[in-house]
Amino acid sequence: MCDTCGCGDGKEPVLRLPGGETGHIHEHGHGQGGHHHHHHAEPGRQGRKIDMAQDVLQENNLLAERNRGYFEARQVFAVNFLSSPGSGKTSLLEKSIPILKERVPVAVIEGDQQTTNDADRIHALGVPVIQVNTGTGCHLDALMINRAVRELSLQENSLLCIENVGNLVCPAMFDLGEALKVVVISVAEGDDKPLKYPYMFHEADVCILNKIDLLPYVEFDAARCRENAMQVSHGLEWFEMSVKTGEGLDVWLQWLEKKLGKG
Amino acid sequence: MRMAFPETIVAAFSVMHEMSVALSIVEAVDAKARQEGSGKISEIALVIGRLAGIDAQSLRFCFSAAARGSLAEGCSLVIEEREAEGVCQDCGNRFSVTFLVAVCPRCQSLSVQRVSGDEFLIQSITIEEE
Repeated sequence: MCDTCGCGDGKEPVLRLPGGETGHIHEHGHGQGGHHHHHHAEPGRQGRKIDMAQDVLQENNLLAERNRGYFEARQVFAVNFLSSPGSGKTSLLEKSIPILKERVPVAVIEGDQQTTNDADRIHALGVPVIQVNTGTGCHLDALMINRAVRELSLQENSLLCIENVGNLVCPAMFDLGEALKVVVISVAEGDDKPLKYPYMFHEADVCILNKIDLLPYVEFDAARCRENAMQVSHGLEWFEMSVKTGEGLDVWLQWLEKKLGKG
Repeated sequence: MRMAFPETIVAAFSVMHEMSVALSIVEAVDAKARQEGSGKISEIALVIGRLAGIDAQSLRFCFSAAARGSLAEGCSLVIEEREAEGVCQDCGNRFSVTFLVAVCPRCQSLSVQRVSGDEFLIQSITIEEE
């Protein structure tokens, strides 16, 4: 079953190694479940009511908890990076990982609809990475993480960075089993973003405001953006930086290392 | 010439998202119905909290397509939209909330715990008796 967009082509999300479409990991899809054709049920006929009270996202949530259990048992600190496309998630990882990997082993799961472009960039840093191509899917889910982790030999006491599909809407709903949700926004976006996408900001533990080197050129009010974010999520950790110039990066890295127990 | 497609694109994205959710529902109820003797499902009762982030209308739109070929095909979808309530952690006031940002109307505190409104449940299914 296509567990993302539901279109009829039966395409499953694909795991790929860096290097493009040629390097895909073959996976056996799970079966469709043998649906039989039935006539429509007639309304008004006598029926037997069965109580379920079942959370629709239960399947994802259960698997996310399994992922979480696995991570905790192996002391893997998993971080889910979320943002609109283009806020700077991949660049943030490119700048952070060379420094972090001196203190702790790092592995990465990349999520995009198509291409291994992001995984290729991470691969160049010399850390293990797997690309999940969701096809038409708009978010990573716990099953994709569960599968991807099997392809990475995660070390004990390590950091796992999960870069979600660029999307401020759907990924907020899908628990992956992560320890931390980091939302990234940039000054090239609107400072009312946290109010327009409250579900995402409400779920986030950390917000990184990126591209502050562009502040002189845009009408972005950083203080107002922070206020808006705090309104929606008042326990939010707030960092401002320019990944490009490096300004503010060290504050974030020090905070993260402390969280990892290495700071 | 007026361009119509921006609205279509917005609708298409919400259809894709609600579609994946509709498929999850179909999978869950189909499995349950099979456990209970594989009778056709005549009705599915859902509870969707106002702050669950699910658009009931989009869900309905996708549901019949998602249910095709399953035991839920053709069944009716009954959706109860539950109001969201919050409890102020400072003064204990319980009040209805319409947004994730909640301010206690009594003491203006921002420390509001949501106690309902997040639910997204399959409450029950009704299986047709032969």
